[in-house]
Amino acid sequence: MKIVKFIGWIALISFVVIQFFPVDYNQNEVVPQTDFLLVNKVPAIVEKTLQVSCYDCHSNNTVYPWYNKIQPAAWFLEQHISDAKSELNFSEWDTYSDRKKKSKISSIIKQIESGEMPMESYTILHRAAKLDSVLKGQIINYMKTL
Amino acid sequence: MKTIRRSIGTTALLAVMMVSMSCKEASKTETVAPMSEELHSEEMDDTMDMAMDDAQDAKAEVILKDYFNLKDALVGDNNEKAKELGASLVKSLIGLDISKYAESQQQELKDIIENATEQAEHISENDIKHQREHFKILSKDITDMVAITGTATKLYEQFCPMYDGGSAWLSMNEEVRNPYYGSSMLKCGKVQREIN
Repeated sequence: MKIVKFIGWIALISFVVIQFFPVDYNQNEVVPQTDFLLVNKVPAIVEKTLQVSCYDCHSNNTVYPWYNKIQPAAWFLEQHISDAKSELNFSEWDTYSDRKKKSKISSIIKQIESGEMPMESYTILHRAAKLDSVLKGQIINYMKTL
Repeated sequence: MKTIRRSIGTTALLAVMMVSMSCKEASKTETVAPMSEELHSEEMDDTMDMAMDDAQDAKAEVILKDYFNLKDALVGDNNEKAKELGASLVKSLIGLDISKYAESQQQELKDIIENATEQAEHISENDIKHQREHFKILSKDITDMVAITGTATKLYEQFCPMYDGGSAWLSMNEEVRNPYYGSSMLKCGKVQREIN
């Protein structure tokens, strides 16, 4: 019993301590000129869908959920966002070469078609980000025009 | 009772934290592991000897060799082998010396290598369905690279009209062996162009 209590205290203390190590938020005041939505003529409906369903992880601006205030959740999120951005960052779209843009578009289409993106672990907490077949179709059709 | 419950709660939290940290560690080592130095240099030596005589770009020949090995792994439906070869391809792609090409070609080569490297990275860490998706993009990159670097070997550009609205790849053999379908449609496709 003593040992359980001891471990419990250690855990509690570490939990409190890690709260003092915040992360840098993925938020910026200015939307860069290289942003996908600025360099392309994106239809309003597709623009909104991209912002709600993709931009939280694939851009320089995240709309954070409440649990971002708590460690270690915030660390997870930050790691996840930085991985996602290195894969595809809509804020830096126009810095990509034409070749890279083309492969990204082809991957975007495939990931959305197959339902791999947006990830289930994300949509489970962000119901609004879930794409139904109509929204999917709109994004895919638009991407195919690029 | 209350204290016990609280202890259990906090212990659970600690457990979650530990798991989360070890997950992160694991993913780190995974990405580093496949790029074994040994594997790479070994293959490089082989190809260098082969290519030197023809005064071609030996480093481009290494890339081609890795690409063809990767293609064969996909033809053989071998996900693990394709992962390894994707990793060695990442290395050989980075090894290409762009500076010796004409200035007008350097930017395009740089774009090709950057894009191809990304595809190879994905191939080194994904299932075979994804590997094949990225292999399609990679094949275009390698074809464009060869157009600039040239090669000592005779190559065949082959084409399968069924996969993803039509997809091409390169091969050293005239006989068609389909990397997009493997054993399920091994001979689907045709030679659409000869290079050299």
